[in-house]
Amino acid sequence: MKDKKFSLKNPALQSILTSLLCIVLGLLIGYIVLLMINPAGAGTAIKTILLNFLSRSSQAAQMKALGNTLAKTAPLLMCALSICFCYKVGLFNIGAPGQYEAGACIGLYAALAWHLNWVICLILAGLAGAIVGAISGALKAYRNVNEVISGIMLNWIMLYLTNMILSGKKVKDPASPYTIKLMSGNKGALIPSAGLNALFANNKTVTLAIPLAILFAILIWMILAKTKFGYELKATGYNKEAAKYAGMKEKQNIIITLAIGGALAGIGASFLFLTGYQEWSTTQTSVPMMGFNGIAATFLGGLHPIGTIFASFFIQSITDGGALINKSVYPSQISDLISSIIIYLCGFVLFFKYALNTWISKRDKGGPNVNDVPVTNDDAKKEGGDK
Amino acid sequence: MVLLLQYTIIFASVLCLVALGGCFSEHSGVINLGLEGIMVMGALGGAVTMFLLPAGTSKIVIVLATTLFAILVGMLYSCLLAVACINFKADQTLIGTAMNLLATAAATVFVRAMNTSINPDNVSSSIQYIQPKKAFLKYIGNFEFNWFMIMAVVLLIASWFVLYKTKFGLRLMACGENPQAADSVGINVYKMRWAGVLISGFLGGLGGIVYITAGVSEWKFEMGVAGFGFLALAVMIFGQWKPTNIALAALLFGLFRALSNVYTGIPFLKALNLPSTVYNMLPYIISIIVLAFTSKNSRAPKAEGIPYDKGMR
Repeated sequence: MKDKKFSLKNPALQSILTSLLCIVLGLLIGYIVLLMINPAGAGTAIKTILLNFLSRSSQAAQMKALGNTLAKTAPLLMCALSICFCYKVGLFNIGAPGQYEAGACIGLYAALAWHLNWVICLILAGLAGAIVGAISGALKAYRNVNEVISGIMLNWIMLYLTNMILSGKKVKDPASPYTIKLMSGNKGALIPSAGLNALFANNKTVTLAIPLAILFAILIWMILAKTKFGYELKATGYNKEAAKYAGMKEKQNIIITLAIGGALAGIGASFLFLTGYQEWSTTQTSVPMMGFNGIAATFLGGLHPIGTIFASFFIQSITDGGALINKSVYPSQISDLISSIIIYLCGFVLFFKYALNTWISKRDKGGPNVNDVPVTNDDAKKEGGDK
Repeated sequence: MVLLLQYTIIFASVLCLVALGGCFSEHSGVINLGLEGIMVMGALGGAVTMFLLPAGTSKIVIVLATTLFAILVGMLYSCLLAVACINFKADQTLIGTAMNLLATAAATVFVRAMNTSINPDNVSSSIQYIQPKKAFLKYIGNFEFNWFMIMAVVLLIASWFVLYKTKFGLRLMACGENPQAADSVGINVYKMRWAGVLISGFLGGLGGIVYITAGVSEWKFEMGVAGFGFLALAVMIFGQWKPTNIALAALLFGLFRALSNVYTGIPFLKALNLPSTVYNMLPYIISIIVLAFTSKNSRAPKAEGIPYDKGMR
């Protein structure tokens, strides 16, 4: 395929195209909903959602808003990486929200009750997430429990457990349902900004978490695409029995995969809560959206760690943009609606690609021969990572 | 004690209905993780009906119309799952998750848009139904009897009968166990799976409206249904995909759920001084433990989660 550098057959290009198609369709449906609510301001509203920080008036305000979006992109990216990594290895880590909760729980507890340094809090949060992930993994490896089901159960168990632990006297603000602000509780646990905030109009929530999250994305991509370890994990995901036959420790690999996924989600939580962006509400009764939005970012990013970076930013940007629209006319949840429609449409990616490939081979050969470009179920898992 | 009994029964009714919905869908071979979303949509349909019905409507009309619309909206919403997973062979876990997110977002947007269109200052996402809700209740002493309790029992028996005693039910289960074999004897697997998903939309939607009328007279749609759909999933697994076991599991999990609401009124439990979160956690912990011990020889339908492709053998 050297002669056609820019051919539509290029799987990476196809992934980008299908993701864009999902975004366009999602936005279109969102726009129609806005039109139905109130046609007068729908155009401005969808523009605000899309532009997000750019819709602010002054440049300083724009940079500050961009900083806020980036600060929340970092944890989202970590959750997305967690799901992406596990999916590449054949596991659907729907337990990411639970691992995220565990990270928030231990990260905040270590910061507020034990007054530890941010690096140690971060590592502890990662460990907590890894343990929760490993529980799912061990249940799958030794007891044949589907990781989706155990993940869902653990999401709720961890939610209630986190609420319980963070309601403790040492960590909870007695006057509100939230945990104590890190600013007053333990400044040392705040992730340092290292001068980054100067770039974003002194936005204090812009910290090292953002470049660290991007580094993690590159690291995950390297592990999956370039190392023997990543290869073994992928092999186990494709065919457990074959991996065992080839001398790999398949049970151990499943546990390690989910533990790594858990660690990523756990660190992701500390990227949000240790920046002082927000506090944990001990009365929340639903699993945090962050983990589920991670699923959106993963699939929108074409299941590629690098694509996930852009997808996470996009999802977070439209979510923040939704908060800026005229709230007396439109509900801000419109952006949740758009991102959930995008996730739903991502389910059709395989079909889109199939349709595209059918069309290409029809055009090239004048006949509906699709044999030369096979798109099977495995293809969804394979493509993206390898070139 | 009466309060505990009342809550247990109504929560068990919800869990039983929704879990049976999941049971139908899974027996046909489609994993329905979108139950939570279907419940939200059913709740929305029912709540909006109650809200819009004029004040003087007779009780029987309120009950019938609310139930009907909850079911209808639930079934319509479940079509999203059916189209994607049966016809387009999409990933069932992904679509289910998307449906849960979509339902909460869509319901919130809808209710807020409705509230603001009636009163421009009202930007809340709640619907109140204090008056119409009374149509569902009958007091027997202190016990608040709810017509939905009867519906749950009737539908439980009907589900058992349909699954095990009719041609349709047995064919449905065949599609979840071995769709290729079912196809080879002339059963239309796609149709059967559609039927399974639609029935789960029916029961899930009904479960949704039962849930939001249990105990409260106002619902804030931003909250979704607070994980009840997932709890129902746990009930279904704990009940090993069998209607009778599901009913028992629903009673047990309903009891835990009720305890978290009313445990302060029971001296013995109050003395234990456990936070209510413990009771909220227990059902999930029990499910995981049960799963750990039963999954080696699980009764789960064998072909669930695998899109059926006529061309594959």
